Amino acid sequence: MAATQEVARFLSDHSLVEATLKIVVVFAVLSGLVAYLVYLERKVLAFMQARLGPMRVGPWGILQPIADGLKLLLKEDLVPAGADRTVFLLAPVISVVAAFSVFAAIPYGPGGWTITNPNVGILLILGLSSLGIYGIILGGWSSNSHYPLIGSFRSAAQLVSYEVAAGLAIVSVLLIANSLSLVAIVQRQQQMGAWNVFLNPVAFVIYLIAGVAETNRNPFDLPEAESELTGGFHTEYSGFRFALYFMAEYTNMVLIASLAVVLFLGGWLRPFESVRWLSLLKYAPAAALVGAAVFVLWLGLKSRVRAERIFFAALAMGCVLLAAVVAMPAVLEAIQGVFWFTVKVMAILYAFIWYRATFPRYRFDQLMTVGWQRLIPLALSSLIVTAIMLVWTGQRLAPLLVANVLGGALTVLILSARQDSGRFRTIEGATR
Amino acid sequence: MAEATFLDSNELLVNMGPQHPATHGVLRVKLRLDGERVLGSECVIGYLHRGVEKIAENRTYAQFAPYTDRMDYVAAVTNGMGYCEAVEKLLGVELPPRAQWTRMILAELQRIASHLLWLGTHALDLGAMTPVFYTFREREEILNIFESYCGARLTTHAFRIGGLQYDLYDEFETDVRKFCDYFPGKIDEYEQLLTTNRIWMERTQGVGVLSAEDAIALGVTGPVLRGSGMHWDIRKAQPYEAYDKVEFDVPTGEHGDTYDRYLVRIQEMRQSVRIIRQCLERLEPGPIFGKVGKIIKPPAGIEVYHSIEGPKGELGYFVVSDGTVNPYRVRIRPPSFLNLQALDKMVRGHLVADVVAIIGTIDIVLGEVDR
Repeated sequence: MAATQEVARFLSDHSLVEATLKIVVVFAVLSGLVAYLVYLERKVLAFMQARLGPMRVGPWGILQPIADGLKLLLKEDLVPAGADRTVFLLAPVISVVAAFSVFAAIPYGPGGWTITNPNVGILLILGLSSLGIYGIILGGWSSNSHYPLIGSFRSAAQLVSYEVAAGLAIVSVLLIANSLSLVAIVQRQQQMGAWNVFLNPVAFVIYLIAGVAETNRNPFDLPEAESELTGGFHTEYSGFRFALYFMAEYTNMVLIASLAVVLFLGGWLRPFESVRWLSLLKYAPAAALVGAAVFVLWLGLKSRVRAERIFFAALAMGCVLLAAVVAMPAVLEAIQGVFWFTVKVMAILYAFIWYRATFPRYRFDQLMTVGWQRLIPLALSSLIVTAIMLVWTGQRLAPLLVANVLGGALTVLILSARQDSGRFRTIEGATR
Repeated sequence: MAEATFLDSNELLVNMGPQHPATHGVLRVKLRLDGERVLGSECVIGYLHRGVEKIAENRTYAQFAPYTDRMDYVAAVTNGMGYCEAVEKLLGVELPPRAQWTRMILAELQRIASHLLWLGTHALDLGAMTPVFYTFREREEILNIFESYCGARLTTHAFRIGGLQYDLYDEFETDVRKFCDYFPGKIDEYEQLLTTNRIWMERTQGVGVLSAEDAIALGVTGPVLRGSGMHWDIRKAQPYEAYDKVEFDVPTGEHGDTYDRYLVRIQEMRQSVRIIRQCLERLEPGPIFGKVGKIIKPPAGIEVYHSIEGPKGELGYFVVSDGTVNPYRVRIRPPSFLNLQALDKMVRGHLVADVVAIIGTIDIVLGEVDR
C-alpha cells in the first residue's frame, strides 16, 4: 500500500513521467486498435458480402494483422528511379506522426484519462491533423509518377474543401460549449443533460460526411481510387513505408470517430445518465464481456479443429474472469468513461465500414460540388441558426433542436431545387 | 488522337493499361489529359492476339469449334452456338426441337452470366465493392448448371455442329427452374444497391453519351446500341433457333448514357429469365442431333454469314467453304471489337474517372477484341 502511494506521489510530482507513461500506453493501444480495425473491416465487409474474410492465420484469422505487419516489415523498401529520395522517404513519416500525435489531446474518460488538456484542444487537433496532408502531397509528388501525382492533387483539393465544412460544423458546437477545450465540451454536454447531436443534428451529419471525406474513405476515396489510379498517392510505396501510410489512414479514421464522439455524442458520458431506472446500464461493461464470452464459446462449439476449440474455450474463460473483475464496483466506476467512449467510437467506425460496403465512389467534380455547394452552405446555415437561437432562447434543448432541424430541411430544399442530375428513371420495355 | 507527340505544356499523356485494374484485360488506352479532363484517347489492342481466324483455316469444321469458346470467354456458350449455327447454315441442316430449346436455355443462361460479370465489375470500377460478390454468387449457380451439363464451366464447348453433344442431365429442368425462381429477386437486390443510389445515378447519368446515329455509324450493337434508343435485337430482327416462338421484350433506353445501358442490361436479365421459362415449357424428349455426316464437308464455293445476338452485341461468323474438310476462310465479327470503337467518341470531354465507367459500360472482353 505504501508503495502504491509512493508511486502515486512520484507520478504527481513528476508530471513528465506520468505523461510519458500515458503516451506509451495510448500509442500501444492505438497501434493495436488500428491493426485490429483493419481485421474488423475485412471481417465486417466479408460478412456483408457473403464471404468469410481472413480465416487462415489463427482461429478465424485472428492473427492476420500480425502476419500482415510482419510481411510488410520484411518487404523490400523500394525507391523508384528518379524519385526525390529524401522527400520520398520522409513523406510517410510526416503522415503517421501527424496522425498519432493528435491523440494527445483526446479525452478518453473523466479526470486523468487524457494525456493533456490544452485549453485550445480542438484547434491543436485540427492543426496537427491537417499537417498529415503534407505527407500525402509530398509522397505523391516525390514518386515521379503520374498516378501518384494525380492522387495527391486530389487529396489536397479534397482535404482543403472538406476541412471548411467540418470546421463550420465544429464551430456551432463550440458556440454551444463556449470553450475550445475538449474536456470542457464534454462537461458542458453533461451539464445540459443532452448531447450536442440532439442540439444540432445537422452539424453532426455534416461533420460525419466531411470526416469520411477527410479520411479518404469510400464514397470519397478518390485519392486512392484503385480502379482509376491503381494505388493513388502510395502507388510507388512498398514495404513498411506503405504500412505507415496505411496506419496513418486508419489512425485518422479513429481520430475522426473520436472527435465525433467528443463533440457530438457526449464523449465518455453514459447514455441516459439522468434516467434513474436506466442506471442498470452501469453494468454494461461486464455484460458486454459476458456477451463476448458467449459469442466466443459459440464459435468454439462450431469449430471442428481441436486446437481452435481449446483456444476459444480459454478465450471465453478469460472474458468471464475479466467480467468478474470489471463487475467490482471500484473498477466499474473507473472504467465507466473509457468504456462508453470506446463503444461510441466503435459504433462510428462500424458505420464507416458499412459505407464502404454500400456506396459507389463519387467523381472528382461531384465531390467538389458536394463539398462546396451542398455541405458548406448547409454548415453555414446551421451555424447561423445555432447562433441566433443561442442569443434568442439561450441553451435550451427544444428550441435549438427544432430550429436546427427546420433550418437544415429548408436549406436542403433550397439546395436541391437547383439539382438537375441524378434523377431516377426507368426504360422502355421494363417489366418486373 | 492526331498529335499525341506535340504535347501542350498543360497536357499530360497518361497510359492506362495494358496492366490496369479497370481496363478489363490487356487493353491499353493512351489518354491525352488536360488536368483530369480527357482531350483524346487511343486504344492499343492486340496484346491477346492469337490468330484465331487463321487457325480456323488449318482445322476441320468440328475442330475449330472449341477455339470460338476462347474468344469471348465469359460467354463461351453463345460463341460456340453462333459458330455451330453458321456451319449448319452452310450445310443446310435442320435442328430437332429439343436441341433448339436446349441451346436457347443455355444461351440465355450464358447471357445472364455474362451480364452478371459485367454488372459486378462495372460497379466495382465505380467504387461499389459489394455487388461483385453478389453477382458472382449467382453466376456460380449458372456455371454449376453448365458443369453438370457438359463438365466444363468456362470454356464449355457445349454444342456440336448439328445438335448437342450430350442430352440434358436428369435434374437439369429442376435446377434451371429453381434458378429462374429465385434469380429475379436477386436482380431486385442489385437494383436496390444501385438503381436509385444517388451516387450511382450521378456517376452514370449523362456519362459517355452515344447518340443513335453515332452508334449506327460506328457499327455498335447489343445493349450499347439499345441504350441509345435503337430497337435492334437480332433475336427479333432475324430470329434464329426458335426465338420467333417465344415472347420477350427488347428493352431500349433513350438517353444513350451509361445509366441507360445499365438499365437495359438489368432488364435483359429479366427478359432472359422469361425466355428460359418459356423454353422449359416447350422442352420435350426427342432426338438431339440433326442429319449431319461423320465428316463435315460442305460443297465448294458456298459462303455464309450468320449472326446471333450475343450478350455483348451482334456476333457474326462469315464462313467460306472450298469443298474440303477445312473452312477456306472464317471471318468473325466480334461485338466487343466494334463496340470498342465508340470509346473515343464517348470519353472526350469527360474526366479520368469516367473513362473507367465508360470502358465498363461498353462491356468488352479482350479475348474477343484481339482474337
